[in-house]
Parts: sequence; C-alpha cells; structure tokens
Amino acid sequence: MPLQAQQLSGGYADKRIVEAVNLTREKGEWLSLVGANGSGKSTLLRLLSRILPPQAGTVLLDSKSIHALAPTEVAKQLAIIPQQQVLPPGLTVHQLVSLGRTPHQPWWQWDLDSQSKERIALAMEWTDITQYRDRSVAELSGGEKQRAFLALALAQDPQVLLLDEPTTFLDVHFQLELLELLKRLNQQQNLSIITVLHDINLASRYSDRIACLRQGQLWTVGAVDTVLTPETMREVFAIEAAILTTPVGLQICPLSAY
Amino acid sequence: MQLSWREFGLALMKEGDPRYQVIVWDLRLPRVVAAMIVGSALGLSGALLQGMLRNGLASPFLLGISAGSGLVAVAVLGLGIWQIWLPLGAWLGGVATIVLVYFLARTGTGISVERLILGGVALSTLFGAVQSMLLLLSPDGQAQAALSWLIGSLNGRGWQELVVVAPSVLVSLVAGCLLARQLNVLSLGDDLAVGLGSSLMRSRILIGAVATLLAAGAVSIAGLVGFVGLIVPHGVRLLVGTDYRLVLPFSALGGAFVLSVADLLARLGPTEVPVGIVTAVMGSPVFLWLLYRRKSSVGGL
Repeated sequence: MPLQAQQLSGGYADKRIVEAVNLTREKGEWLSLVGANGSGKSTLLRLLSRILPPQAGTVLLDSKSIHALAPTEVAKQLAIIPQQQVLPPGLTVHQLVSLGRTPHQPWWQWDLDSQSKERIALAMEWTDITQYRDRSVAELSGGEKQRAFLALALAQDPQVLLLDEPTTFLDVHFQLELLELLKRLNQQQNLSIITVLHDINLASRYSDRIACLRQGQLWTVGAVDTVLTPETMREVFAIEAAILTTPVGLQICPLSAY
Repeated sequence: MQLSWREFGLALMKEGDPRYQVIVWDLRLPRVVAAMIVGSALGLSGALLQGMLRNGLASPFLLGISAGSGLVAVAVLGLGIWQIWLPLGAWLGGVATIVLVYFLARTGTGISVERLILGGVALSTLFGAVQSMLLLLSPDGQAQAALSWLIGSLNGRGWQELVVVAPSVLVSLVAGCLLARQLNVLSLGDDLAVGLGSSLMRSRILIGAVATLLAAGAVSIAGLVGFVGLIVPHGVRLLVGTDYRLVLPFSALGGAFVLSVADLLARLGPTEVPVGIVTAVMGSPVFLWLLYRRKSSVGGL
C-alpha cells in the first residue's frame, strides 16, 4: 500500500513552500526527509499528513487521494506525531494512548471495546510505558513523553507513521533510545516510517532512504550510500563535508560552512 | 409566603388549598425548572467552548452572544416596543452574532480559534457601544428594566417562556454530551486531532452550534446570567479530571445546581436581587481563587 505524493505543492497563504514534489514510499521502509532550515521538509510532512491542504497536486494512499477519503479512514492507516505537543494537565498515559483508538470507534461508541483494549495494552508494552499507565503525561520526562505519544500513534494501528523531528527536545541518550525503538517497530511490525530529521547522521544511520529537500524542491532521493556524498552536502546543506565510514555506516563530518 | 412541607406536598399533588396550588405550580415550580434549564445550558455551553477553544477563560458569552442578545434586548426594553418578542429577539440576536463571528473567523483553509476569539471580542465591543448609547437615550424606567435583563434575572419566569425554549435546550444538552469524545481529541491540539481523523472545520461548527443553541436558549429565558458558564466547568474539572465524557454531563448538572441555589439566595432578602448579581458575587471570588491556585497553568485546561 504505497503512500505517494504527486506534483505536491503547498505552504501557507500565498507563500508556496513546497513545489511539485513526487515521492513514493515503499512498503515497510524508513524514509527520512532532510534539508536545511526553511527547505520545506516539515511543510512536506504536514502536506503528506493532510494537516495542510495542498495548493496543487495530491497525496495518494492506496491510489486514492487522502483528501477524498473519509478522515477516519485515513487515520486508520496513517498516524502522525507532531513536533509540538499540546497536553491537557492531568491527562494520564492510559487516557492519552486510548485516544489513539478514536478512528476505530464509531461516534456513538462511548467506551473502548475489547479489541481496542488489547491494542492499547500492546502499544504500551511495545513502548515500555505500561508502568506509567496512571501517571500524568505532563509529569513524564521528555523521552517517556515521546514514547507515550508513540504509543498513542501505535494504538491507531497504522501502516504508516509520520514523525516531525521526534528527537528535537531529547538528549543524545533518549534520541538513540527512541530511534532504536522505532527501528524495531519498523522491522518487526512492518511499520513504514516517514520522519523529518534535523540530524543528518541520525537520518543516515536509521533510514532505508533519504529524501533531500532544497528550497522546497526534492533535490535527490535514494538509498543512504547514494545520497550521502560531498556534493549533496554542498548543495543541500551548504557545507563542505567529509564522508566517513564508521561502525554505524556512513556518517558526515562537517568541515566548513560556505 | 411560607409553606410547610405538608402543604407543599399536597399542593404538588394538586390537592389542598387552591392558593397554595397556584403558588407551587405557577410561581415556584416553573422558576426552579427555569433555573435548572438555564444553569445546565450555561454550564454545558461553557464547557464545550472552553474545550473547543482550548482556553480556560472562555465562557458562553465569549463569542459575542451577550452582545447580540444584549443589543436586541436593550433596543426592545429601552425603547419599549414589541416587548412580548423579547425572548425570541434575544435568541435571534445572539445566534446571528455567532454566525457573523464564525463567518469572520474563516481562513483560507478552515476556522481559526484565535480569529473566533478576536472576532467575538471585537463585535462585543462594537455592539456594547451601541447598547450603551441606547441605554443613555432611553427613559428612566425602561433603562432599569433593560439593566435588570442585562444582569440576568429569573423573576416572574413562567411556563410560557419555558415551553418555547426548553425543547431546543434539552435536545442540545443531549447533543452536547455526545460531543465528548470529539473534545477529548481536540484537546491534544489541531495537528494530532487531524491525525486521529477529526475534521477541524466540522467539529468547530458542530460544537459551536450546540454551544450557541444552549447559550441563546439560556439568554432568552433569563438574560445575561454571568459566571455560571465560566466557573462551573472549572470546578467540575477539578472534581472529575480532564475526560470530557465526565466533564460535559457534570458541567450541565453543576450549572443547574449552582443556578438553583443562587436563585434561592436571590429571593432570601427583603427585596429580590437579580440572580446575575448573586452568581457574580459568588462567582468572582471562586474564580480568583481558582486562578491563583493554579498559577502555573493560567488559561490551561
């Protein structure tokens, strides 16, 4: 079931930030969107997740436009974790994760059915937050909070998970912890992941493919070792960089900025 | 007039002294029912709007209902014309204002919460100015009647007001409580709500419409009774937590309870005080207390 962007363009008001992007997600892969500040990578993710309506082009899910499908039908297959999270004080971890079942519950269904309860328990187990079940989400640490939001998305039982810079507010330990967890879900549950990542080295380490954006356009997309070249670094990030072979694959060593 | 419990019970069953029957059935009972309907409508309306706007300072009157209804009421009472149409006029004035505010809040892609609030505030200011002008121009006695309406009162409300408004309020009470899951999702922010499959445009129109029907119904019965719609949802949230499946029905019940008690207090003294004054005098200190108790999350829910 591919997620596909066709000539996708969009932005805010009259300002078009993303221009004519064509992108296809392979089943079960991890695709990272990278680019400099203002390159449109977050905007592209917001377009793919239909938070922003496109100004031109379309996003296809299973060869149907996600804007023509019923919102709950899309939500059953596509989960998103935004960068900025709004938290009502006092909301418990279990309450938060339970809301992930919303698209699977008809509007008149007041409470969770047994299938939903199982899925919620599973999502909390995968993300290792079962012990925080009745704690207030606002009181959790940054890493635990991200895992709680990940559990919410997993409770949705999606095929595709879209994340907007999930590691921004985490220190390096929790960055790795979260990305390792996502990699396990990606491989074991066959969950496709599309994520905006600021850190090119983390992107190259965990992704199957990387899409580089420059000034709202897709500069290049492909497997890590074909994309990670000194030329791409120059064009996409405006840096001079050496490409190193390390125990965790290719990594960038920035040398100088233009 | 004091009735013993026995006399009250007999009168309630339409037996005993016919004077008592009149007092219970035509004076006391409709007024208690009116207080409960108005209170529950304001409580639920406030809870719906605070949830939708994610703003703890939202009240049923924030989006301009008070301004629209108030303007019509002052025009009708102050100028002394078409007074029997006051409830309907106030209702229409309020609903029309909200429709206008929603119209102004449209953006290219949807309805923005900030624009809703700012549009409501701007229209309230404008209508408020016209309202003050009309008050200044109207003769003394009529200005007083208009003022008492603006403060909110249940004095002399009977069955004829209730039968017109109560059905729409009762239907809206049920409809409002059914929106609870929608509000739970919206409380996580717009982006995540979209991710969970809600349509922001549709839920904002739906929630706004139900909250408006409730508030307009309340206003057309009792005028602008303040603070119930602001305070009650806060108190309920302190008691039952953040889940709107509990917050909404309890806000309705809490509103009914608070306004019934306030109306009882309003009638205790030698001269009757408009119930709006009682709710404001009781409500303001409670509100300040809540505000300073939760310094860390002012305006948060």
